[in-house]
Amino acid sequence: MANKIANRAVMCEVLKEAASTDKSVVVLCSDSRGSASLASFADTYPEQFVEVGIAEQNLVSIAAVLASCGKKAFAVSPASFISTRSYEQCKVDCAYSDTNVKLIGISGGVSYGALGMTHHSAQDIAAMSAIPNMRVYLPSDRFQTRCVFEALLKDNKTAYVRIGRNPVEDVYSEGNVPFTMDKATVLAEGSDILIVACGELVKASKDAAELLKAKGISAGVLDMYCIKPLDSETLLKAAKGVKAVLTVEEHSPFGGLGSMVAQLISANDPKKVISLSLPDEPVITGKSQEVFAHYGMNAEGIANKAQEILG
Amino acid sequence: MRKLGNVKALSATAFDLRRDALDIIMAGGGGHIGGDMSEPEILLTLYERMNVTPETQDSPDRDRFVLSKGHCVETLYAVLSYEGFMNLDEVKAKFSKFGSEYIGHPHNTLPGIEMNSGSLGHGLSVSVGMALAGKMDKKNYRVYTLIGDGELAEGSVWEGAAAGAHYRLDNLCAIIDHNHLQISGNVDDVLSPGDIGGRFAASGWNVITVMNGNDIQQISDALDIAERTKGKPSVIIAETLKGKGSPLMENKAGWHHKLPNQEEYKQIAADIAAYKEAILNG
Repeated sequence: MANKIANRAVMCEVLKEAASTDKSVVVLCSDSRGSASLASFADTYPEQFVEVGIAEQNLVSIAAVLASCGKKAFAVSPASFISTRSYEQCKVDCAYSDTNVKLIGISGGVSYGALGMTHHSAQDIAAMSAIPNMRVYLPSDRFQTRCVFEALLKDNKTAYVRIGRNPVEDVYSEGNVPFTMDKATVLAEGSDILIVACGELVKASKDAAELLKAKGISAGVLDMYCIKPLDSETLLKAAKGVKAVLTVEEHSPFGGLGSMVAQLISANDPKKVISLSLPDEPVITGKSQEVFAHYGMNAEGIANKAQEILG
Repeated sequence: MRKLGNVKALSATAFDLRRDALDIIMAGGGGHIGGDMSEPEILLTLYERMNVTPETQDSPDRDRFVLSKGHCVETLYAVLSYEGFMNLDEVKAKFSKFGSEYIGHPHNTLPGIEMNSGSLGHGLSVSVGMALAGKMDKKNYRVYTLIGDGELAEGSVWEGAAAGAHYRLDNLCAIIDHNHLQISGNVDDVLSPGDIGGRFAASGWNVITVMNGNDIQQISDALDIAERTKGKPSVIIAETLKGKGSPLMENKAGWHHKLPNQEEYKQIAADIAAYKEAILNG
């Protein structure tokens, strides 16, 4: 893999840049500064860093109170814990109370590999999306991660962002990052099938479209990093005329991108929507790419699934 | 509880277990070596004394153990292998490999493991439930859990503490692996747990302090006191040394989950062997 820079390292860069001029930017961690690549933030701006120890519920409540006192609070903790262990606090203290807390789930999805289901977050999209007033973002690479964080620094509403632990292959390139906040990015236009992906599976989906092209199949690809609010306009436009839609996500089969896309397509432009996701069971032990390959969520698997759907 | 065997021999065995945990970590390409090294004497003493063996692991009357600091699973695998629940070669061959059931946190599909853990702050509440069930079913089994000191920041620990005292669970004994370090640094710097004994005492627990939690006799004596204490649960605050087994790692937060390189591996293995020799020659 060419890229060695993890999305979490980019997050730290953006937050440090912001903190240098904006003293209201505050980062909170739950003994997670190392895992979050935020140790250098803590060292550089100790007065803008709050350590709460291993106490994720307290992390979110404190972040919410800081936000209500005018801070731009970024609460950063493993996605598995901040999304479900702190769920009540995310719902009540952040979303319901309309506080400007950015909840950052690091090491999301199956990033933690062999550490098992306690450390995997395959429910976070469903859980967070179900909260009124909560936005949900899953950037696909380091360039888009920068765009999402820069945009979040400019608004004053709560949001949940999931990023992975390990460097991921680039989808975009320096100086070539088409990005409008809350608008899906069209990576390819196609007439046979539309592939809608988010997070770390966007690159594989983009590669799958190339494999399909070689076989004479025209596949469109959307980078739907904005799960909520889902960009329905771009989605419906891209889905128009294709025979089927294939969604790809590092998440449970229930309540994630696939569910949301199916809901929208069935109501507006009924056609087959098939979801590629993690199974409804503890996932197999392995590194992210091994796990994706095992469940047919790598480029070849996605291309095969598309071909199978088209028959 | 069962009677403790030869303390000198077991003290040496604790260093064999450290070597096994080290080899498991090297085989799997990762693990929580620092906390693995502070707990071998505690786990070994427990498994030498608890009323549970590979033959009785499904008995409703067995004693139960929950590793609340689940990330330090490599030493648990080593101890469970030593006690005959698992096969060490199989653990080493499979740990953290693709498709493996031997993952980086305890999983109850594996022999000898009662509960899944890994998300911190669950172990005490789970153990309270087991102890409560024992009381309801009029069983004589005992329940033990090992909790990290950094883990005490989890509020759920204190919910469990309140419930344990409220239900007078004298069949429950929590052990705090007080090695004073967590991933970000000193526990007192990250988020001080304050007066740990005082907090448990205020919740209604019997508090036992073990000055050297890497001393098998001291741990065993504390377990006896806990078993004799009636009407309330006991907590053993065990002063341990994180990374114990090699000066390279000892009392250094940076070794929380560092993977040794080959040179470091050789050094750590040699240091562990030297510790064992010193015990046998002592």
